[in-house]
Amino acid sequence: MQYLVSVIYDRTDLATPAEMAAVDAFNERLQAEGHWVFAAGLAAPDTATVIDNRNGEALVTDGPFLESKEFLAGFWIIEAPDLDVALRLATEGSKHCNRKVEVRPILSE
Amino acid sequence: MSAIDVQEAITRAHREEWARVVAALTKRFGDLDVAEEAAAEAFATAVARWPADGVPPNPGGWLTTTATHKAIDRLRRENKRHDKQKEALLVHDDDPPEPAGPIDDERLRLIFTCCHPALAPRTRVALTLRMVGGLTVPEIARAFLVRETTMGQRITRAKAKIKAARIPYRVPSAEDLPTRLSGVLAVLFLVFNEGYLATGPDTDPVRPALTAEAIRLTRLIRTLLPDDGEVAGLLALMLLTEARRPARVSSTGELVTLSEQDRGSWDASLIAEGHRLVRERLASGAAPGRYQILAAINAVHTSARDARDTDWSQVVALYDQLVRLDPSPVIALNRAIAVAELDGPEVALATIDRLNDELAEYHAYHATRADLLRRLGRTQDSRAAYDKAITLSGNTAETAYLTRRRNQLN
Repeated sequence: MQYLVSVIYDRTDLATPAEMAAVDAFNERLQAEGHWVFAAGLAAPDTATVIDNRNGEALVTDGPFLESKEFLAGFWIIEAPDLDVALRLATEGSKHCNRKVEVRPILSE
Repeated sequence: MSAIDVQEAITRAHREEWARVVAALTKRFGDLDVAEEAAAEAFATAVARWPADGVPPNPGGWLTTTATHKAIDRLRRENKRHDKQKEALLVHDDDPPEPAGPIDDERLRLIFTCCHPALAPRTRVALTLRMVGGLTVPEIARAFLVRETTMGQRITRAKAKIKAARIPYRVPSAEDLPTRLSGVLAVLFLVFNEGYLATGPDTDPVRPALTAEAIRLTRLIRTLLPDDGEVAGLLALMLLTEARRPARVSSTGELVTLSEQDRGSWDASLIAEGHRLVRERLASGAAPGRYQILAAINAVHTSARDARDTDWSQVVALYDQLVRLDPSPVIALNRAIAVAELDGPEVALATIDRLNDELAEYHAYHATRADLLRRLGRTQDSRAAYDKAITLSGNTAETAYLTRRRNQLN
């Protein structure tokens, strides 16, 4: 089963070299232990563009879809047999990247 | 067998077998919702059939078998509708078979799942009472003064999350067990406290059904984890508190404080059982956790035939031990109450005045302050503190007591 581990943050400064190093080491461990699916950091929310093309006339808007104090700063997608394992990995992830994280199951067939 | 005997057999089976049936079905079908519904249907079938057919020789086995058939029927019906979901109906128990240790009881898995930290605390309480305690949704809704639909949704949402996020159905690893067990005990203590000091203007001040349920579930956990000190401690604490319930509310509906209670009406057998547990823990020599210390404090209180005989230095010493473990302001407040008896109200007041910032919205803080100020003859300040305590208290018997005390000031 896969889980999305969202990294939540309230400032636009990038990770410090120490945080980067800790995350790199953690990612290597995820890969070695078979939990790794994907991970990425995201550019600041004000670089986002929203498109609504539901009725065929694409409406393009500058900025994130939701203005909020906290936003998505990056994410992992991990493979874990159950929520206990996912929570344990996310707990470590939060420590390494020094930010709050949210764990959410990814729907599967 | 008379109709009354059959009724009693059904009630007893419900009390003793509900959690086992739900747990067995959850294990087999990997779905709490299926297990809960099938268990409820099996008990309804028992109510319909046992009066005519007689009580089966093994009621628990009969109920589990009947519930299993109900669950299979439901899954077949759903399969016809959604053929694609067939796979989802298979148990997702892909753990390798674990060695059956002394704590390998299905009911224990059920309790840990219901009290999982990924669920909100009030949801854990509701789910535990439903799945393990067998209370109905309307009963739980009444207990926590929320509408039935609200409580129903809360439980439904929890079951959906357990399934979708794959909260595992298992006893936590030895490494996680202490933390997770303390979460379970917190749920049971919350249920007990809500029964012992019920909140709400329209509810009875004490609700014995809730305290009894909390004790029953704690006894169950003790059967499953007999060597755990904190489980024994919590059970002892509940028993020694419950023992005083008959003396706790006066005939006029006022809360009676510990020092004014008629100790003759305390339940002697509950006290004896509680004391036995406390002695057993002391004899173990292991460092006590917070429930064991609280139980020991209650053992000191229930050992005194008269309030004046209370060994307050022992109580304060135990609170000192507790403060080292849990330096929370509420513990500091309770310690100050004992200090007032040992060193006088002035010393205690100086201590609790320092807690004002943290406890400004806590009724017991103002009630304690009011009492200390009254004893010091500071009537005006005492009256103001009683007023504040009355505003904040949600318990009808406590409000009645505080109001009388305030009106007696001169």
